[in-house]
Amino acid sequence: MSEVKFSKEHEWITLEGDVATIGITKHATEMLGDIVFAELPEKGSNVEKDGTAGVVESTKAASDVYTPVSGEVVDTNQAIVDDPSKINEDPEGSAWFFKLKMKDQSEMDSLMNKEEYDKFAKESAS
Amino acid sequence: MEIKKTSLNKLHQSNNAKFVEFAGYEMPIQYSKGIIEEHKFTRSHSGIFDVSHMGQLFIYGDETLTDELEKIFPLDLKNLKQNCSKYSFLMNEDAGIYDDLIITKIEEGYLIILNAACKDKDFEILSNLLGSKFKMNLDNNRSLIAIQGPKSVEILNSIISGVDQLNFMTGNWFDSDNQKLFVTRSGYTGEDGFEISISNDKAEKFVENLIEKGAQLIGLGARDTLRLEAGLCLYGHELDINKTPVEANLRWAISKSRLSNGGFIGSKKIMNQMQDGASQIRVGIKPEGRLIAREKTKIFDDTDTQIGEITSGTFGPSVNGPIAMGYVNKEFSKVDTKILLEVRGKKHPANVCALPFYKKNYVKGVY
Repeated sequence: MSEVKFSKEHEWITLEGDVATIGITKHATEMLGDIVFAELPEKGSNVEKDGTAGVVESTKAASDVYTPVSGEVVDTNQAIVDDPSKINEDPEGSAWFFKLKMKDQSEMDSLMNKEEYDKFAKESAS
Repeated sequence: MEIKKTSLNKLHQSNNAKFVEFAGYEMPIQYSKGIIEEHKFTRSHSGIFDVSHMGQLFIYGDETLTDELEKIFPLDLKNLKQNCSKYSFLMNEDAGIYDDLIITKIEEGYLIILNAACKDKDFEILSNLLGSKFKMNLDNNRSLIAIQGPKSVEILNSIISGVDQLNFMTGNWFDSDNQKLFVTRSGYTGEDGFEISISNDKAEKFVENLIEKGAQLIGLGARDTLRLEAGLCLYGHELDINKTPVEANLRWAISKSRLSNGGFIGSKKIMNQMQDGASQIRVGIKPEGRLIAREKTKIFDDTDTQIGEITSGTFGPSVNGPIAMGYVNKEFSKVDTKILLEVRGKKHPANVCALPFYKKNYVKGVY
């Protein structure tokens, strides 16, 4: 599995073969608070880099989830739809959002590594 | 304008509050445990709310004060006993709501609790209506602390002995720590609880004492989910100048004895609406599934005609599901009516339901 990469919209992404797994970062869940609703893209649909690919809602507000890369949705995580609190519990592990079959793996290149993202998240929070 | 702070601001900070601006005040939206934990703690134990941003208007005068206030409010104040409270409204001639409020008869006058965002305008309106005959004091030297939830009576009574003898919607002056506190058994969470009016310089120590006895600070986020589960209106959402108490389904708050003769501001419109019904009415709404429909969500019938709009919507932690309130055309206001909510471009099924979503635990008949 590839190194974990991060987007400016606070998604994380890993690549295995040509299938990317995408979720939202721990930092994002801390900003959102208690997550009580999750909506995921439909299996078989195509999503475009930086386009919306889902919604999360906290008790306070709704936020779009973006996809950091383009591809076909090959799997979604029904467990977080059934129990959205799992997203707060393990955002960068079992609470992944969706898997994409990537078209263009070079889209990964512009994303941040962990160190870069931590710095970005710290700056954007203050 | 500089943001205002309550006397508990430092205490909020030291309890890791996340702040938001609300009605010109820096107020805690939540503390480190988060809205759902805070909500559940209030329902099971005892939550402390800083509501010092709300207005505490003391009006003192002779017996003509009651007559003058009856010209304003739709209440039978002549028969209101001392230390008893009523929920009411300040309205315009068209029965549009300037503010919703709690009025308590106290010795030689009345105490009116006003919403933070409305209090200055309310004061101006009431000053113009009442003239200079009465002493009016929108008291900035007092803080207002609410303590809500089943353990609150035990906790507060251990600090202010005797508060356990108050019935819901009554209050009294109590002596504690060499000062006079005005305590009412009231609140806005659907739980048993109290509101304590206390001088600013004593407020922090008082709240620290409550925390020591096992109560916890709760932010405005949980206050909102609690009041929505209890089916209670929030000014600026369910209520505003374009809504009347009849439309807001609050006709219970209008004294029956005042309806025959009127004589209060907005009485004509109220009496007409009581007879003919309002064209739109506030209802409870339960979306099917887990979908949350927020404020301003459009409501449709099955023929694609818009029939209303959501005024508040969130996830109810004790209900463990989405809940909302909104206004619908009268013919859709019956419980179990199927409606559709347009969220992110798609229409989702929902049902009109009875309020509250969560059953109240108010204490009556202590004596």
